[in-house]
Amino acid sequence: MNTFSKKALFLFSFFLFVFSFSRADELRPPSDLKAFDTPDDGGGGVTFSWKLSPHDREPLGDIDGYEIYRKAKEDSTYRQIDFLPDNQTTYNDYDLKDKTQYSYAIRARKGEEFSGYIYSNYVSPKPNWFRFGRTNVLLMLLVFSLAVLLFIRSAKRGKPLFVRKINGLDAIEEGVGRATEMGKSVLFVPGIGDVDDIQTIAGLSILSRVAHITAEYETRLICPVLYPLPFAAAQEMVKSAYIDEGKAEDFKPDTVRYVAGEQFAYVAAVSGIMFREKPAANLFMGAFYAESLLLAESGQSTGAIQVAGTANPEQLPFFIAACDYTLMGEELFAASAYLSKEPLMLGSLKGQDWMKIILIAIVIVGVVLETLHLGGGFFTKLFVEH
Amino acid sequence: MRTGLPVIIAFLAGMTMVVAFFIPNKSLEGFSQGFLVWMTIVGGFTLLLGIVNILRNNLKIISQRGEGWGYKVILVLMLLAMGVSSFMWGTSRDTPYDWLFQNIQKPMQATMFSVLAFFVASAAYRAFRARSKEATLLLLTSVVVMLGRIPLGQFIWGKLPLAANWIMGYPSLAVQRGIIIGAALGAASMSLRIILGIERAYMGKG
Repeated sequence: MNTFSKKALFLFSFFLFVFSFSRADELRPPSDLKAFDTPDDGGGGVTFSWKLSPHDREPLGDIDGYEIYRKAKEDSTYRQIDFLPDNQTTYNDYDLKDKTQYSYAIRARKGEEFSGYIYSNYVSPKPNWFRFGRTNVLLMLLVFSLAVLLFIRSAKRGKPLFVRKINGLDAIEEGVGRATEMGKSVLFVPGIGDVDDIQTIAGLSILSRVAHITAEYETRLICPVLYPLPFAAAQEMVKSAYIDEGKAEDFKPDTVRYVAGEQFAYVAAVSGIMFREKPAANLFMGAFYAESLLLAESGQSTGAIQVAGTANPEQLPFFIAACDYTLMGEELFAASAYLSKEPLMLGSLKGQDWMKIILIAIVIVGVVLETLHLGGGFFTKLFVEH
Repeated sequence: MRTGLPVIIAFLAGMTMVVAFFIPNKSLEGFSQGFLVWMTIVGGFTLLLGIVNILRNNLKIISQRGEGWGYKVILVLMLLAMGVSSFMWGTSRDTPYDWLFQNIQKPMQATMFSVLAFFVASAAYRAFRARSKEATLLLLTSVVVMLGRIPLGQFIWGKLPLAANWIMGYPSLAVQRGIIIGAALGAASMSLRIILGIERAYMGKG
């Protein structure tokens, strides 16, 4: 290589170095932008993902974020549709036209500085007929329904079904009996959930059974309610229970009371009832939150027998500490069937118990196999929506 | 007819929600969302029933000069004050309703909530009395967890916070998950009973 060539090579390398150094300061775009039809949706959705800009390293604040642009195939230009803060790597676009092809572009932004664009492939959204990510849920639902239906069928045929004794539920009748003997009332609190909470439905179902017993024993029942919908439902079902027992005249309009629409106003009202009317039995059945201990402790101080039931695990310790009996989780939902003693209802409880046995077996096998690295991750993903 | 129609409605509504959970059809999803909107509308009407119930029960006691009738007068007056002020001047900031809410209702609710601290102490005293082996175990566990959550615990023994975290993260969490799985199965079983019309207690049929 002659001297001229050496100088030329040196200058070229020098400029290349300076150029690359200056480029390193420029805001670099994100990379690897991939767009695809949003899975498991009803159509009109596109999802896309990308890798962060090399300048987007810190959790917050090193760049402003990413500008998102969209273009249908027949359009001439991309139009901005959104701006996302930094550290985001996915975006869901929805309300698009099915079978129309769309492309996306993204660029990073930091103040007045912008990176170059990166472009996605063209993709067209289409509707899916089934959410394949929920196949495991469907399979378990089918197995569970089958187990319940089989036991209901065998109950219909008159096969005797053994259901384990639940002390808390036996105590409900005991509590009503005690109130009858003492000439006092029974207080039923159906939780503070609305009717869209299955715990409230379970609580109201128990209320119906309790109302039948109080009507039969001619014991006064008091049921304060928080929300208007459960109030209307509770009033109807208690009234029906009294009519069914032939004690329509014993039903008083203030048996079911709408007392408040706020959580702590409700606590004040129910505590007031406890201290003024001194019921002999307090039954708390349904969804409870911060008010659980306030109610249970107030009731405890009046000397009433107390039975509580909820499926909120964080409230259970409070009830266990302050009540005589506590129904935990599934026992609340089993209560109505248990108290009714109807074979059809008990059949569903047996099906539920069998499903629990199946799940326990899967959990034990899964824990053993996954711990020994023999499961291949199957069991860890079994109960997760994909 | 009195129970047949509600059972059919419950079946159709329940099945729609189940099918919409698995099949991503827009009209089906809209239909299932519609049920939730209807619930809000029906709830609005039943609120009137609730208010009538409050007024009827309390006015009866006031007219008969029953026990604590003076408190009932205050309740009815406040109910009317909140209702009338919200209808006349709205519920936004600096309205009479907002003043009543901020200066009367909110402090009273906070007072009720704060009573919880005293009730926690009395319930804890009862629950943690070492009367049996199980209660003693509960007492010891709770002492470890409570001390592990405060600086004094770390001062006494550096590994106490780790022990507290282990108790909360393993035995306690395992039990909670067991309860949640059981409750989820119970809820599913109850839903199935309602959808199939086996459970009718919620309609007053025992």
